Amino acid sequence: MKKLIYLVPVIVLAVIASMFMVGLGRDPKIVPSVLIDRPVPEFALEALPDRGRPLSSTDLKGEVTLVNIFGSWCVACIAEHPVLVAIGKTGEVPIHGIAWREKDPRDAMRWLGRHGDPYDLVGHDADSRVAIDFGVTGAPETFVVDAGGVIRYKHIGPVTPEVWENTLKPLIAQLRKPS
Amino acid sequence: MTRFLIPIFAVMLAAAPVHAVEPDEMLANPVLETRAREISKELRCVVCQNENIDESNAELARDLRLVVRDRLVAGDADDQVIKYVVDRYGDYVLLRPPFKASTYILWFGPGVFALLAAFGGWRFYRARAVPMVAAAVSAEPPPPPLSAEEKRRLDKLLKDSDGAGDPA
Repeated sequence: MKKLIYLVPVIVLAVIASMFMVGLGRDPKIVPSVLIDRPVPEFALEALPDRGRPLSSTDLKGEVTLVNIFGSWCVACIAEHPVLVAIGKTGEVPIHGIAWREKDPRDAMRWLGRHGDPYDLVGHDADSRVAIDFGVTGAPETFVVDAGGVIRYKHIGPVTPEVWENTLKPLIAQLRKPS
Repeated sequence: MTRFLIPIFAVMLAAAPVHAVEPDEMLANPVLETRAREISKELRCVVCQNENIDESNAELARDLRLVVRDRLVAGDADDQVIKYVVDRYGDYVLLRPPFKASTYILWFGPGVFALLAAFGGWRFYRARAVPMVAAAVSAEPPPPPLSAEEKRRLDKLLKDSDGAGDPA
């Protein structure tokens, strides 16, 4: 019985080591969002040239939507974009875009011209005010907003087909279910 | 020697921390600007993570610095400005973790471990020391009392050492 005390350091080491192991597998770039289950911030973006009415917070009420933060300077957005275009084609959920920190809003339009434009409404956030209100840490980020205009989920990094099928799509279906 | 040292120090001075705050960001009011700098030093840059936004050259850090200044100009107190940012990015942006239930382990952990270690060390040495003394005492039987002859020699030795010089 007394010998068991010699196991205590081993157990402490095992606990600390397992915490470190978990920590190793986690991406420190992923900052947990405090905005989940909070209403979307009030905002009104600038219009992009020849892209019609810009996105504002009032557009995010009434139905479940995706809000995607992108930028023509953002390399990971190029990887993500075909997935958004494919989702947009299915028409399963409206996707709105926030073009973040473009040096020239026309860059965003050229970028959408080259890579496809899956967005219902788009707006430009030149000085990060809206991005900061959304707690954005980098592009791309994608928010799931429910019909009441409440942020339900935030995906950091490119939306992959797996993320869409396994996370976003089921969540949207669940949010649409009348409660 | 100085010929070599002067250029070296010059280079070191040139490499001293460069401030990311651009002149065009600064507020005209020096009191507000000083407060903005102090607040900025408390806020983590969410892009570069181990820098505060006052030192970071990231564009988002710059935009956050401007938000901090806007809030100050709008009349916010320092803690209101910090709350504004925390409302959006969480406690994560605070370089000094707040003292609350979810961070008790962070604040008390090191002290608890130090106390545990001290207690463990005390137990360990006490457990070792006590049996050793006890063992030493009990292992040797008490020596037999001195014989008359030995007593005489001892007295002689003691007497000699009182100043009579080498007994041999």
